[in-house]
Amino acid sequence: MSKGFNISRQTGFTTIAMICFVLLYMPIILLVIYSFNAGTSIAIWEGFSWRWYQSAWENDRVQEATIRSLVIALWASGISTTCAVLAALATTRTRKFKGQAMVFAMINQPLMVPEIVTAVALLIFFAMIKVATGYTGLAYLIIAHSAFCIPFAYLPIRARLQGMDLSLEQAAADLYATPFQVFRRVTLPQLWPGILAGAMLAFVISLDDVVITEFVKSAGQDTLPTYMLGQLRRVVTPEINAISTVLLGISVIFVIAFTVLGKIKN
Amino acid sequence: MADLSSAADARASRRRWLLLAPALFILVFAAAGPLLITLVYSFLSPGDYGGVEYEPSLQAWFNVFMERDIFEDTLGWSDAHLSIFWRSVKLSLLTTVLCLFFGFPTAYFIATRPKKQRDLWMLLIIIPFWTNLLIRTFAIVELIRAEGTLNTLLLWIGAIDAPIQMLFTEFSILLGMVYVYLPLMVLPLYASMERLDFSLVEAGYDLYATRLQVLRRVILPLVKPGVIAGSILVFVPSLGAYVTPRVMGGGNQLMIGNLIELQFGQGRNWPLGAALSITLLAIVMVALLAYVRAAGNQEPHRV
Repeated sequence: MSKGFNISRQTGFTTIAMICFVLLYMPIILLVIYSFNAGTSIAIWEGFSWRWYQSAWENDRVQEATIRSLVIALWASGISTTCAVLAALATTRTRKFKGQAMVFAMINQPLMVPEIVTAVALLIFFAMIKVATGYTGLAYLIIAHSAFCIPFAYLPIRARLQGMDLSLEQAAADLYATPFQVFRRVTLPQLWPGILAGAMLAFVISLDDVVITEFVKSAGQDTLPTYMLGQLRRVVTPEINAISTVLLGISVIFVIAFTVLGKIKN
Repeated sequence: MADLSSAADARASRRRWLLLAPALFILVFAAAGPLLITLVYSFLSPGDYGGVEYEPSLQAWFNVFMERDIFEDTLGWSDAHLSIFWRSVKLSLLTTVLCLFFGFPTAYFIATRPKKQRDLWMLLIIIPFWTNLLIRTFAIVELIRAEGTLNTLLLWIGAIDAPIQMLFTEFSILLGMVYVYLPLMVLPLYASMERLDFSLVEAGYDLYATRLQVLRRVILPLVKPGVIAGSILVFVPSLGAYVTPRVMGGGNQLMIGNLIELQFGQGRNWPLGAALSITLLAIVMVALLAYVRAAGNQEPHRV
């Protein structure tokens, strides 16, 4: 064998990987670039301008949809994270219990059932409740988002709990701390990065959801993604690019913060 | 003592279920419960303006695969539904294969970088994964639409005289799905390749194996769990895809997800929509069961 033989190399793999990264980012980068285009075209560059950001900012429907998206995402991430913390506490560091398989199946259900099936099921169920109660507010969207955000919040929180050193909790219990005091003073401070990571994940997932929102929303309850989906059927202006770029920026910030949180050691 | 410990057990059990209650309540209310109602709806009769009549009927299930010709009053397979099912399965399998073709070398490339570089490369995979699916679909639509970047470029360099119609074809759906689901393939593949023991690869070369033989006989069997997990992670959402075929396939290239939506919108046939949803769910469950069995039958590696 020649001296430069590298056992980990496989012929052509690096080339395909590079093609992959280029193809993955090229459309996104083009989208970001053309959101700053002065003209209405999405393919011909006519100079730099903020006009599409300004027109999106001044568009009443975009403003309303943005506020609605944020309200729903805040509620959904709050509710799902709270539920996930409690559920993670119940399912870690305990012996096998009756119904454990059922509990895991329930928590993971939103990950396994195709989104369109969940969306249609919620449409049917919430239509029944809407007829029965007459209420058509945002609560349906908030509850639906909370449900499918639970597994995403649950996973990082449980991972954090499982990686924790138990001796501190045991020491606190030996010093006659009540279970709540142990949780409040010992577990929670260590769990904090996991909770924050779970909440951020839930927030982004809720902010990005299209399919379930599209089916559950009542008339006039567009979120940013469903507003964009509606616009795609009409003439597309770079305004959509501008909105996409802002949402993209939010996702990137959250992903990087999430990665950093994951690196914080106990 | 036995009484004391069983009392403590009972208390622990009560606390456990109390802690689980909020999550389970929301999941039953907004995930599992509605699925059961969907199942019930698939056995009812359609209402005149959407919704259902509370009259038991097997018509919806019958209509999933069969149709009655109203002129000749004969029974036949429902060609429209079957062709949509076929397209969904075909495009989902192709998406999985293409994602594997591009994802395997990419995951391998990342796993063989020096440790410090790996996190950065993985971040580049994770960012698109957490970016709104609609935005990514939209980005690729802009690239290939008639007046989009690709056509403009090709016209400018004179390679073509008129824009090529790429959008609203099966090809564009396939392209969109591969683009959107590729990170789902790379993530589990990387997880299993990261743990790959390269001394085994070295041993392969020492025994005069070629690169291809090492890949096929050493690496592939060791990362098989990642290959299976990635394939299922891509196949399942592809099968139920709704946004990508709607935006990139237009009205002529429906997939199961769009067919289901049609029954709740224009079609006003909720029981049929419910039956189609349960059918899709059943196909997905079969795929997941096959995955569990394939993953469970993995023979532990012997040196």
